[in-house]
Amino acid sequence: MNITATVVFVALFGFVTVLGFVAARWKRADLHSLNEWGLAGRRFGTLLTWFLLGGDLYTAYTFIAVPALVFGVGAFGFFGVPYTILVYPFAFIIFARLWTVAHRHGFITPADFVRARYGSPWLALAIAVTGIMATMPYIALQLVGIEVVIGALGFETSGLLGELPLIVAFVILAAYTYSSGLRAPAMIAVVKDTLIYVTIIAAVIVIPAQLGGYAKIFAAVPPEKLLLKVPSGDDYSGYSAYLTAALGSAFALFLYPHAMTAVFSASGANTLRRNMMLLPAYSLVLGLIALLGFMALASGVREMPEYAAQFKQYGANFAVPALFLHSFPDWFIGIAFAAIGIGALVPAAIMSIAAANLYTRNIHREFINPQVSARQETQLAKIVSLVVKFGALAFILFLPQQYAIQLQLLGGVWMIQTLPAIVPGLYTRWFDHRALLAGWLVGMVGGTLMIASLGFKSSTFPLELFGYRVSGYAAVYALLLNFAVSIVLTLAVRALGLQAAPDATQAADYEDLPEESGIASADTASLPPVD
Amino acid sequence: MPAPRVNKKWYWLLLIPYIAILWIPSYNRLEPTAFGVPFFYWYQLLWVVLSTLVIAIVFHFAHNAPQKNSRKP
Repeated sequence: MNITATVVFVALFGFVTVLGFVAARWKRADLHSLNEWGLAGRRFGTLLTWFLLGGDLYTAYTFIAVPALVFGVGAFGFFGVPYTILVYPFAFIIFARLWTVAHRHGFITPADFVRARYGSPWLALAIAVTGIMATMPYIALQLVGIEVVIGALGFETSGLLGELPLIVAFVILAAYTYSSGLRAPAMIAVVKDTLIYVTIIAAVIVIPAQLGGYAKIFAAVPPEKLLLKVPSGDDYSGYSAYLTAALGSAFALFLYPHAMTAVFSASGANTLRRNMMLLPAYSLVLGLIALLGFMALASGVREMPEYAAQFKQYGANFAVPALFLHSFPDWFIGIAFAAIGIGALVPAAIMSIAAANLYTRNIHREFINPQVSARQETQLAKIVSLVVKFGALAFILFLPQQYAIQLQLLGGVWMIQTLPAIVPGLYTRWFDHRALLAGWLVGMVGGTLMIASLGFKSSTFPLELFGYRVSGYAAVYALLLNFAVSIVLTLAVRALGLQAAPDATQAADYEDLPEESGIASADTASLPPVD
Repeated sequence: MPAPRVNKKWYWLLLIPYIAILWIPSYNRLEPTAFGVPFFYWYQLLWVVLSTLVIAIVFHFAHNAPQKNSRKP
């Protein structure tokens, strides 16, 4: 056991715990309203939204899994970088627009928007259920991130006693999320992101110096891992897999409930737009973290006997922790591992809040008890956030870790199936809600079958098209199916002359008003609704 | 209701990062290296910075700059 590193780790963990409870006092308001507990009153300015979204989207699991993929397969693993390049121009246009209509109508979840736009509780239910199903394994994976660093500190992480640190961390997380709502992860995100930046800057300076420079690091990588496979004959898979992985991940990212929650909590459409321009700072960090995978290869940690046991237990996920153990002094290992551990708490908290909002708004209030009061609604959401977190904990404690990883893989494929209902819906009511529901179902089933045909081990589906092999991210192919069904059935519904459900939104609800776009001040309280 | 000062023509610029990144053959190579980092890696990292610049330009001209034709006919 590494005592110095553990002391630093525990001290930083203790600090963010206090911060999590104190957060309830930030811009004090009635935490019995879902708008306050679940969205912090839509009051986050540019800087806080930046920390919150950064802390939310770039999760602990990302920091472990991205370099692990580069460590394992090489260049393809770098798709995290083009993915996060493509996501922001898209989000700049789409999600500022979604924020605007959500603000006018007081929507808390993306399913609220779909409910109002298409007048269909069933389509909204589909969106909500997809979000909850994709989020649960994602929370579980954050626990995997914590587990790997606890293991790296030299603790045994199997058996009930071994799982104790993980359980303690999660009980604390559950308690402050319950009491402070979205304010807690927002405050903690500031600490987490600072630690991450410090760790990565140190890593990209110190480690290459120890290894003899970047040229030496890349020279140690097997040549076939350094680039994507160039198309030869009728096989375009090297390029099509990279391209669809980047595009599909980019389109899915902001559809995730935890991303939507952070988007809705921003104080203005321009707050979000400014963030889309500032968030690539995290992508730069992500790119450098991806390169850590190659540094781990070059350092030869995999062959070192002192790490053999942990590599056996955690696989490639142990590459970066091993690299840190090998390269940093003990006190800094504590900081680096705390960055990853706290990095798991922020998204886990936001994900559980987002799933709770979806359940409360779009399942409970819609189908179980429409008469629920604002106070009861918030109380219910708080309890659901606990259930979600302990569900994820049970998942990790009692089921093989592999299940969480496989379900997370499916989660991305599922999440993107909500795109046709949400994104075109911001511009047009052309699609019919019944057609969208059918398209969603076909996309969900089709995508799941594609992944199942690969034994749940990969999400790169080997598609053959006109004699060409264009393997690609199953999410993208399932999305194309989804769109095809939605379009064809919309035309069919029109031809049959079926009535469309009423639309509760108006064209003007989607456009910025000058006083609302956040030009004057980014931190003012919400304006009264315009309609 | 006053027309918002938004000029969405600038949004077209946001396609630039998409073209650069989706055109994989343009950067799937090792040379030239920068500080020992192969082209494939540093070029994509460079585009992280360039895409930020593109978004900043679009934000400034589409949403932040005073415009002459703020009212649509």
